[in-house]
Amino acid sequence: MTINRRDFLRAGLVGTAAAVVGAPPAEARDNKTVPEHAIGLLYDSTLCIGCKACMSACKTANDLPLDDTTGTGLWDTPHDLSGKTFTVIKLYQDGASKYKDQVIDGFAHIKRQCLHCADPSCVSACPVQAMQKRPEDGVVTYNPDACIGCRYCVAACPFKVPQFQYDTAFPKIAKCELCKQRLADGKIPACAQSCPTGATLFGAYNALSAEIERRKAMVPGQANIFPRRTVDSGDTHERASAEYTPQVYGQSELGGTQVRYLAGVPFDKFGLPVGLPERSYAAQSETLQHSLYGGLYAPGVVLAGLIGAAWHGSKDHHDDEDGGPHHG
Amino acid sequence: MAKAKHRALGGTLVTPVTLGLAVLIGLAVFLLAKRFIFGLGSVTNISNGYTWGIWVVWDVVIATGFACGGYAMALVTYILNKGEYHHLVRPALTASLFGYTLGGLSVLIDLGRYWNFWHILSPAYANTGSVMFEVAACISLYIVVLWIEFSPTFLEHFGKSKALLNKVMFVFIGLGVLLPSMHQSSLGSLIIVMGWHIHPLWQTTLVPLLFLLTAVCMGFAVVILEATLAAVGFKRDITGELPMLAKLGKIILMILSVFLALRFGDIIVRGAFGSIFTSGWRSLAFLVETGLFAAPIWMLWKPENRSRLSVLFPAALHMLTGAVLYRIDAFLIAYDPGPGWHYFPSVSELLVTLGVIALEVLAYIVFVRIFPILPGHPADVRS
Repeated sequence: MTINRRDFLRAGLVGTAAAVVGAPPAEARDNKTVPEHAIGLLYDSTLCIGCKACMSACKTANDLPLDDTTGTGLWDTPHDLSGKTFTVIKLYQDGASKYKDQVIDGFAHIKRQCLHCADPSCVSACPVQAMQKRPEDGVVTYNPDACIGCRYCVAACPFKVPQFQYDTAFPKIAKCELCKQRLADGKIPACAQSCPTGATLFGAYNALSAEIERRKAMVPGQANIFPRRTVDSGDTHERASAEYTPQVYGQSELGGTQVRYLAGVPFDKFGLPVGLPERSYAAQSETLQHSLYGGLYAPGVVLAGLIGAAWHGSKDHHDDEDGGPHHG
Repeated sequence: MAKAKHRALGGTLVTPVTLGLAVLIGLAVFLLAKRFIFGLGSVTNISNGYTWGIWVVWDVVIATGFACGGYAMALVTYILNKGEYHHLVRPALTASLFGYTLGGLSVLIDLGRYWNFWHILSPAYANTGSVMFEVAACISLYIVVLWIEFSPTFLEHFGKSKALLNKVMFVFIGLGVLLPSMHQSSLGSLIIVMGWHIHPLWQTTLVPLLFLLTAVCMGFAVVILEATLAAVGFKRDITGELPMLAKLGKIILMILSVFLALRFGDIIVRGAFGSIFTSGWRSLAFLVETGLFAAPIWMLWKPENRSRLSVLFPAALHMLTGAVLYRIDAFLIAYDPGPGWHYFPSVSELLVTLGVIALEVLAYIVFVRIFPILPGHPADVRS
């Protein structure tokens, strides 16, 4: 008896057909959207003076150690997000670095932190629901007690936010949770609380959307009022508004994020990924998973076929030591 | 009872080879002690840019591919009902048993919070939308299924009856084909949620099918490889197995042809064809990988070549190297974490992987010497 192409293809086709017939209609999983009562941050790079008060406040609020890259043990000097750092102010520089918010010979700040995606890749990736998106306010939380440390979230995050701790026997994932412990106490995130210029502004997602529209309508160079801490805190200051780039980072990227950026230089200058699609990677991945394995329907049908074939086969040839002729 | 078709090889377990393997294993144990005391960074070069190094990509993604021999042979023997391959199943199953068991063990080594591993199998924690959940749960279950599939060998050795087990074995054979089909394809699906991090030559929703095809193909190629190495290593005559190996060569030829057609069709449909030539060293990796997949097609094209071990063996070797590279490419070469990150495994990291491989080889040698696994005398295997 020989295995020929026809037999082989037939088996393949039967299996595929079983999977296709068995699968419920493959419904594309749409992007998840920002919850109704979502909260978030607006970081306006043009208002940021690079004082890093937010970084310091974040360390205190979240009980994080110094990230000492100078080896002196004196200063917190993270180069980037790390296992010890939930947020970091980074700098774009060009040439003489003389002009704020200009591409040529200019400089500009960017605040890196978790963007709290509407449809987070980390939440989709996490096998044990350690990463979760809170339905009430959309904060993406991390639960170390559930985490197995597989680091799929680290590999998957399109913004490279979750950071694993490689220097300890009992590591966790480090990531901004929008100061969930302060939110529970009725406070706002430490970074927004500490920002002297309102560059990091806390608020309801919708209120921040309105604030973004207001700022984009401003005439560059004209004096305008900017709130500090929260959109409606009443604590404001006046200054000339800068010229914003058209893109609001996080408005539509992969279905949008609850932390959004305004800036005076294009976002690729900060090393952020640009040109991202609107369809989230989580939706792409889960659409495939659900159409293959939804309700374990298709695997069940295939398994039934396989067990049937194996049972049929076992009538023909038993495990050899028990005798019985082999065909072929 | 009919005459035994599988025989324990017997012989001494203490040889220069087994002693050398033991030394490599000891070294890995020492380095792992360091890892568990001081953290993953004390032994590996992984970072938040490249968080998955060779302990994931080689020890799990590639090693379980190598361990697909049992899966591939079960597929043709029991599902397509080709009884003639029966004698190749048990040695293949043995290699799969160790490949997967040690793959599972390697996961524990690499998991940062390994003490929580059981969460994968607990409905209270499971995230069914996660590709990683599917992979981890399927691999865990498959390891159990493999030990059950292998258990007749133990029962034979200890002279116990297999009658009861034989009655229900077809269920485990079914599971033993379903589970690898699921997780081998899902190993590929792992990269989909990584989005832009994966270069367009590798990032495609077709990736589960591509991984599945290479997994089955790796399974057949490994069987050819094992048969050859067992023949050389244990000085066995495998003339009786050659016609079956030739047919496996034909299956490899067919699957690889389908694979390459799909691979290129997909790249063209997605409009990524141009990046084959414009992606620097990723282009080079793609071309080498593709060349290694194409070579066995050319080598095995003529039917008379397929019955020559001198062609089958290098063809299988090319196939496996191509598949190894495809998996390294998809997870490491094609992975773009953004500017400023680099990864190359540290010496310690490599030594641990080497130790895992040594443990696998040593376990195989010990098992085939003690338990009835390899086909007996050529006179017995003619069917």
